[in-house]
Order: sequence, then structure tokens, then C-alpha cells
Amino acid sequence: MYMLSNVLRNIMGKYSTRLYPFETRPAYEGFRGKLVNNIHDCIFCKSCQIKCPSQCITVDPKEGKWDCDPFACVYCSVCVDACPTHCLSMENQHRKPAPSKFVVSLQGTPRKSKKADKSAEKPAEAAAPEA
Amino acid sequence: MSRTIIPFGPQHPVLPEPLHLKLVVEDETIVEAVPALGYVHRGLETLASIRDYNQMVYIVERVCGICSCIHAMCYCQGLETMMNVEVPSRAKYLRVIWSELHRIHSHLLWLGLFADGFGFESLFMQFWKIRERVMDINEATAGNRVVISVNVVGGVRRDLDKTQQRWILDELDKLEKELRQLMKTMLDDYTVKKRTVGVGVLTAQQALQLGAVGPTLRGSGVAQDARQLGYAAFDELDFEPVTSPEGDSWARSKVRFMETLQSMDIVRQAISRLPDTELAAKVPGKPTGEVVCRVEQPRGELLYYLKGNGSKNMERVRIRTPTFANIPPLLAMLPGAQLADVPIAALTIDPCISCTER
Repeated sequence: MYMLSNVLRNIMGKYSTRLYPFETRPAYEGFRGKLVNNIHDCIFCKSCQIKCPSQCITVDPKEGKWDCDPFACVYCSVCVDACPTHCLSMENQHRKPAPSKFVVSLQGTPRKSKKADKSAEKPAEAAAPEA
Repeated sequence: MSRTIIPFGPQHPVLPEPLHLKLVVEDETIVEAVPALGYVHRGLETLASIRDYNQMVYIVERVCGICSCIHAMCYCQGLETMMNVEVPSRAKYLRVIWSELHRIHSHLLWLGLFADGFGFESLFMQFWKIRERVMDINEATAGNRVVISVNVVGGVRRDLDKTQQRWILDELDKLEKELRQLMKTMLDDYTVKKRTVGVGVLTAQQALQLGAVGPTLRGSGVAQDARQLGYAAFDELDFEPVTSPEGDSWARSKVRFMETLQSMDIVRQAISRLPDTELAAKVPGKPTGEVVCRVEQPRGELLYYLKGNGSKNMERVRIRTPTFANIPPLLAMLPGAQLADVPIAALTIDPCISCTER
């Protein structure tokens, strides 16, 4: 008898679902949605690129470029945990559906000083023992 | 009488899973069932050679959407045994909470699909309505609905604060009340019993011999549950494996229904005993050696064989999922059944073909 009264209640009562695109549920606080990078604080250390399991982030320290393919991202927030300057964060809103794929490309100022010199030296060091 | 072969699947209106069986029938009675697997092989193990062992946690989570948390938990537990890492006890309890929430939503999903399988659409929607709230708990506490990514080697990444614990307990009380209202319809309704009682019978002896796992085994009256091994915090929690002696489709649906209620109880126990320690231990070095790890998934026992060679990439990540173990019992329960009962019998092992083939 429960099902009969339940079915009648469902016919007479309100909708159980939302009219989705027009009415949305407020997002939960800890939800892992869109990945955002505050590029001004980014030091292009590549930690996110190395840790990312889906390899959707590409960092170019020389050019100061940070690229992310949001369609390859699996929203695990490993990069957010790994970021030493906390410039990466996840919004609690999910990415909107899109008709075509794109890459989020951010341009910042590359760090000049030691890091650039070191990365230039490193290949030479690595090549030496092999030779 | 002449025999005919009727293909069942890989595309079938009842099953979303690409299960393929060649059914040898005499008139409408099944004489033999021959399985064919391999339609959705994804080659996940190869990824172990190009992704490091920490990244593999997020890859093994994607073996199966429904039991993602438990896959990651098994992999992490295996690596922790291999590398002698002592996991903090709070992390163990949190793993129990999230894995049991996964079991609840997986069983509710199955109960809904099963109701849909025998044509009871409104019951299907009731189960899924309840399930949606469990998904909300996952989303609010872990950050995602399905693939929750909370496990790391050495512990967990997220914590439950007091308000969240209170909220989960309140929600579970409401869900349990709603679920209990459906119990009579699912297990004691005349039309439902007509479709499920006596369909796909598997005796206890057959189940043991053929290596059935999970609710398929317990539905035949064998009280075996991998959680009895006491992994994570299960050794400190009170529970008994749910069994039902009949061995038919009805018994298996009863086991799953009761396990859903049991899992709610385990979550309550775990929350009430949640110790106050840190969340993750430091993991030194690289994995070396080999280990076999077993956990209980909603579908049954899951087995991981891991082999590390001291580099950051794992040498082997061999996964045996419960559906693979449950296919021989399925083949044993089909002969003698009517053709129209095959979808019901096939559904009761809860086939997850894409995890089986990885």
C-alpha cells in the first residue's frame, strides 16, 4: 500500500526534480569545480605539471606561460595541494558546458634570476656524465 | 528438440553494461550460456608504466565509477603494507565512512536498476531519489559526487568537522526511514516475488566451488565478507555478514537491501568512534616488493596484486574485480531458466563489465 499512496502523492505533489538550467542548487563549500590560477603569484615551478595525474597542465617557465586543458582535467585538486605559493585554487562552481574544446592559457611574468640560469645549466650537467 | 543460439548483449535494453552471453536455448529454456568478454578493454595497467605510484591512485579510482573510493583504498592499503607505513587511525575511520557511503549508493543504484529490470519504474525512481542524497553527502564532504579522490598513500586528504558529522547522521536517519518504507515493496510484494523467487538459483556448495564473491555468495547462505579481514578500521566495528539461505534472485536482492541498512549503521558507528589524530602519515622511499591486498566492494571481494621495483613507477598493478569472479556462478545459474528471466538473473550478480576488463 505504501507504493500506491506514494505514487498518488507524487502525481498530486510538487516536482521532485529542479527545472535545471533555470534553477540550480547552491554549490557545496568544498566542491571541487573549476581550476583557477592566480597567475601573478605563480612562480612557474612546474609542481602542478609534474603531480597532475591526467597531465592537463603545461608550464613554460621561460615564457611565463601556464596552460591548462579543462577537458582533460579530472578535478582531483592534486595541483592545488602541491602548489608552493597557493596561487592555484578550485572554485566551487563547475565549468559550463561548451560547444568546442579550448585550452585555458595564462601569461605571467617569467622569473628571470637564478631559476632561468639554472634550467639553462641543468641540461649541460646532465649531458656531461652521459658523454 | 533443436537448439538455437540467441545472443544476449553487448547492447541490451535491460543492462547498461556491455555484457555478452551466447545463450543456447531449447524452445525458451536455457541449456548453456557462453560468455564473451573484452568489448571495453581500456589498458589501465599499462598506465602504471608511465604514471608514478601516487598518480596511479587517481587512475585506479577510474576503474569503476561506482566503487571508486574502494578501489583507491585497496591500492593505497596495498602500497602502505609494502612500504611499512602506519596509517593514522582517524584516516582509517574516515576511509570506512567514505567506503560505506559508496556501498550505500552502489546498492541503492543496483536496487533501482533491479526494480527497473523487472519493470517497476516507480520503485526504481524511489531508490534513486534516496541515492541522490547520499551523493550529496559525498559532494559536500569529499568534494565530488562519484570519484571522490580522498585517498592518498599514507592516509586521506579531507577531514570531517563536527557540523558535517552531525549532518551526515541526521541525513542517514532520514534516509533509513525512507528506505525502510520501501522494504515491504521490494521484498514482500506479490508481483516482485513472482519475478525474483526461484530465478537463477545457486546453491551454497556451487557458490563456494565456483568462487562466487560478495552478495552472490552471501545470497546463497555463505557468511563470507572481506571486511571480516579487519582492514582499515573494520576490526574495531561491530557487524556481521548479511546472508540469506535461498540462493535465488530474491535472496540476493534481500542481501543487498539489508547491507544498505547495515552500512548506514557502520557509518554511524565509525562517526561515533572517530579518533582525533592527524590525517596522513609521511611516506618515505619508493615501493619495492610485491603485495596482494583484498577489500570488500559493494559487488564483492576485490583483489589487487601490486609489484614495485624501487622506481617511481609500479611494475604490476593487477586488478581482479568481483564481477570477474561472479561470471562462472552466473553461467551455473542460467541453465534451466527461461529466456525472459535471463536479464533478472544476470542483474543479480551486479555485473560491472568495464571494471572487469579495465
